[in-house]
Amino acid sequence: MRYITYITFCCFLFIGTGGVFSQAHKHADDLKSIQQRKLDHDHDDHKHDHHGHSHDGHNHKHNHGDHGHNHNHNDGDHKHDHKRHGHASGHGHGDPCAHHDEAYDPTGTAIHHISDGNVYSILDAIRIPLPTFLYAPEKGWDVFMSNKFKVGHHEDGHVSHNGYVMHHGSAYRVVTPGFPQEGNHEHDCFTHKTVKDAKGKDKVINYVMYGGKPYELEARSTFDGGLLGGGITSFYDFSISKNVLSMILVALLLFFLFRSAAKAYKQNPNSAPKGIQSFLEPMFLFIRDEVAIPFIGEKKYMRYLPLLMSIFFFILGLNLWGQVPFLGSTNVTGNLTFTMVLAVIVFFVVNFSGNKDYWKHIFWMPGVPTFVKPLLSVVEGMSLFIKPLTLMLRLAGNISAGHIAILSFVGLIFIFGNLYGTVGNGIGTALAVPLTLFMMAIELIVAFVQAFVFTILTASYIGAAVEEHEHH
Amino acid sequence: MTGTLAAIGAGLAVIGAGIGIGMVGGRAMDAIARQPEASGDIRSAMILMAAFVEGAALIAILLSIFMS
Repeated sequence: MRYITYITFCCFLFIGTGGVFSQAHKHADDLKSIQQRKLDHDHDDHKHDHHGHSHDGHNHKHNHGDHGHNHNHNDGDHKHDHKRHGHASGHGHGDPCAHHDEAYDPTGTAIHHISDGNVYSILDAIRIPLPTFLYAPEKGWDVFMSNKFKVGHHEDGHVSHNGYVMHHGSAYRVVTPGFPQEGNHEHDCFTHKTVKDAKGKDKVINYVMYGGKPYELEARSTFDGGLLGGGITSFYDFSISKNVLSMILVALLLFFLFRSAAKAYKQNPNSAPKGIQSFLEPMFLFIRDEVAIPFIGEKKYMRYLPLLMSIFFFILGLNLWGQVPFLGSTNVTGNLTFTMVLAVIVFFVVNFSGNKDYWKHIFWMPGVPTFVKPLLSVVEGMSLFIKPLTLMLRLAGNISAGHIAILSFVGLIFIFGNLYGTVGNGIGTALAVPLTLFMMAIELIVAFVQAFVFTILTASYIGAAVEEHEHH
Repeated sequence: MTGTLAAIGAGLAVIGAGIGIGMVGGRAMDAIARQPEASGDIRSAMILMAAFVEGAALIAILLSIFMS
């Protein structure tokens, strides 16, 4: 069992790559966002009356006075700014923070709960602050703990830090000029409105109320935030987020479990497994005997066993970690970025271990008529990339779908409650509890099955790449 | 409107994958019933095939997400 050390090593490798990738993302070149804003601006009715607003003067003064670096925002930004004020003053006259009991939004709630975040909340009560590393090209690094935001209910912050605020557990950057870019400033609630963008799609823009005026927030900077309704941003978020912390914890857990098992094997090589050994050994042997050996072959499986084992146990550990009730229910394996890192690792391992036969079967398939060969090479070349793509989507899709299903069942309580008051709450709870229990049982199976499927597919791809063919 | 069409597309993809996986699973059950001693091999082949069928559906669903 000497390769157990490899497993833990690979887990740490995954943390390194996964941690960076799950937070690093595309960032906007300014040009692109400006063009987008100009487009938005052209679609706006208020664009001609922006001279009438007293906010304009205030904003400009603020820019030139306190924070010199803000005023080099170009024209597009300013226009956009006016437009927003036009909306804000034309819309409601009352305090937007006053009507707090807005309608329950099941989709938004579900998305919020499966997203990554900069704070680890347990039961909306205990909030573990996380180190936050934010980088904006023109500002430089901002490194702080996320309790600087004074996070409260719904994981909304109450204090801004260096121009960043926390909304729904994630750090956002305030883009409207005039918002204090230095130090901590207490702000009011968050609001949002839905606008049509250039293509006529609905787009939600979030605002933070500060000093009685709304300031626009940029989209979240996580990759999965971009996919789930965010966008490309002007800042990078390299934080140790909720997902990264979960990865570290699970990897450490696996490290200690496997180290104690390995120790036991070393000390009593001839005794029956006991304790943690009897939990890990069946799974380990199953992956070795049912997955690695049949698919890769007796001769070569030892080379790939550490990779397969770390993939299996890391995915399984994270799947189960995300399903422990009341423990933050992180959604690491349901995060496309995380699964993308795994899929990219598999892609490189498969293609770097591919032998001559493998490439021959891709580019010049033997044993078929010549006119079919180019056609097949196109199909095979596509499948080269489709294989890791489906690996990535399958895992993320299955785990996210399970989380969303559970959250929807819990959401029944609030939906019925909104309709029928207290009685509705009772009906909702009576429905939600058994359905959620049922779903969690299914999810427990899915956690094992998906870890197994990822491993078996990896093994079969590797097996196809290293297979020795007898010549036809 | 495009969102609705994308939802219909995702639904159709799921129907296709459901039929496909159902056939894979059903035939695998037949095979295991006929030859219980080969159940291990059949099971892993079944999971592999089901995963491939699912892969096609996942691509369709991804496209419908991006089109919406």
